[in-house]
Amino acid sequence: MTVLAASGRVWQRNWLVYKRLWHRSLAFGFLQPVLFLTAMGIGIGALLTPSSLEAFGGVPYIDWLGPGLLAAMAMQTATFESTYPIMNRIMWGRNYEAMLSTPVGIRSIVLGELGWTAFRIGSLAAVFLVVLALFGIVRTPLAVLAVPFATLVGVAFAACLIAFTATQKNDVGFSAIFRFVINPLFLFSGTFFPLTNLPEPLRAVAWATPLFHGVELIRGSVLDQLDPVTAPLHLAYLLIMFGVGAWFAERTLTRRMAG
Amino acid sequence: MTNQQQSLVHARGLTKRYANGFTAVDGVDFDVRPGKAFGFLGPNGAGKTSTMRMIACSSPVTEGTLSVIGMDPRTQAREIKSKLGVVPQIDNLDTELTVRENLEMYARYFDIPRDVATKRTDELLEFVQLDERAKDQVEPLSGGMKRRLTIARALINDPDLVILDEPTTGLDPQARHLLWERLYQLKRRGATLIITTHYMDEAEQLCDHLVVMDKAKIVAEGSPRQLIDQHSTREVLELRFTDAVRDNLDGQLDGLADRIEELPDRHLLYTENGERTLEQVNLREIPVESALVRRSSMEDVFLRLTGRSLVE
Repeated sequence: MTVLAASGRVWQRNWLVYKRLWHRSLAFGFLQPVLFLTAMGIGIGALLTPSSLEAFGGVPYIDWLGPGLLAAMAMQTATFESTYPIMNRIMWGRNYEAMLSTPVGIRSIVLGELGWTAFRIGSLAAVFLVVLALFGIVRTPLAVLAVPFATLVGVAFAACLIAFTATQKNDVGFSAIFRFVINPLFLFSGTFFPLTNLPEPLRAVAWATPLFHGVELIRGSVLDQLDPVTAPLHLAYLLIMFGVGAWFAERTLTRRMAG
Repeated sequence: MTNQQQSLVHARGLTKRYANGFTAVDGVDFDVRPGKAFGFLGPNGAGKTSTMRMIACSSPVTEGTLSVIGMDPRTQAREIKSKLGVVPQIDNLDTELTVRENLEMYARYFDIPRDVATKRTDELLEFVQLDERAKDQVEPLSGGMKRRLTIARALINDPDLVILDEPTTGLDPQARHLLWERLYQLKRRGATLIITTHYMDEAEQLCDHLVVMDKAKIVAEGSPRQLIDQHSTREVLELRFTDAVRDNLDGQLDGLADRIEELPDRHLLYTENGERTLEQVNLREIPVESALVRRSSMEDVFLRLTGRSLVE
């Protein structure tokens, strides 16, 4: 059995668990953006004057916000899925220990979990895109690119967080990750307001962080504003993050599992 | 044929040292023969589990030679694992899957085709008497049932060698006997088993060949009978005294037995004939509170070899 075939089995195990509740997961994935877009887009968007809308590139606030929220959803879901559930399979439920008694190796586990995250985020992103279309936000058929872009955001975060989770002895570190990493990224990555509103040094920081690049790619594809110069740079950032994260994930998980 | 080819597991100078410098296994030699039940007996922390984990290719060998089913764990871990069945000390069943799914999914990790997996799952569920619980979740099962399911899971790939790390620890006597009976069946089918345990009765019941481990080393080796013959007398006289008598024994028991072991609650007199020794105790008019004559067991061997009892 090849590494790839074995990673498929790890994927399959997650599917076996998930297939009992996929409809619930996707229904939630539909409802959440509807609520967010209604509250923030229509509610807050209505308060904005035409002059302040210029900062959003001349599109209604809800149109500007929607794709940003899609990127943030990809980050948050991937992060959650790569912390507690992975910890469970390492420590509490010992699933990996059981898998490692079979020909399935660490690399297959990492690839299988990342493949699973890709599937989960991809399907949620597709649902999200339908919501965006229903709200009349989608401008171009190119918007379908938002699904692979969101998936990339998801696996890039998942890879780094699996690497982190494998080093943790308990779940204390996870709330710190959510509080001090995920929430700031959620708020300051050009999701809710343009980075041009930030003071110069903070803007530079935002540029260096990963979610910003996902937001740019996804918003660009949905609003038909992809820039041929910057888009490859955003894409490269996320691909490198994914590669480095996956490399570390294999290392830290190996160290954790083989004492 | 060389020694190495005849044995399923061949270890020489096998050593496990952890990153913190702790030596869990210190240069042990042993050979596991096909079709036999091989036992590692020893107290907690003796190095049994570390040895198991090296054989199962889940922990790297620090030093020494180890071959498992004729292969090298350092380079052929995947091939070895495909021929092993592992029952870990702590259950690691998939609690998000049903009983049946646990076996079928595990079969997929071994790349066993679906139809074969389904057939084996049916057979194994029947073998461990869980066929009626096939559709249930794992969590509500009793400890004994979970262990049996774990054993069924370890057999899904029709392994050449089954490794069981403390298979009955924490089970009630009834569940233990049911499990022993299944393992005995397995042995009769010709399976090779490696079992670790800190229960003497388990070692005596199941194992053809035993090594006794203590403080990372092997301190004795042989069949249960051989070990008892070599390291203990045929019988043991257990004496209990009242505290007053006990405090004033002053060597009154000297010369009555080959060896006398003083435990907190009783004295053990190692002798060929327990009844005759008891007669002599009575002749010396030592007031005995209670006396028991029994055959020597692995517990006595262990006490002799390490100076302490196995389960503390």
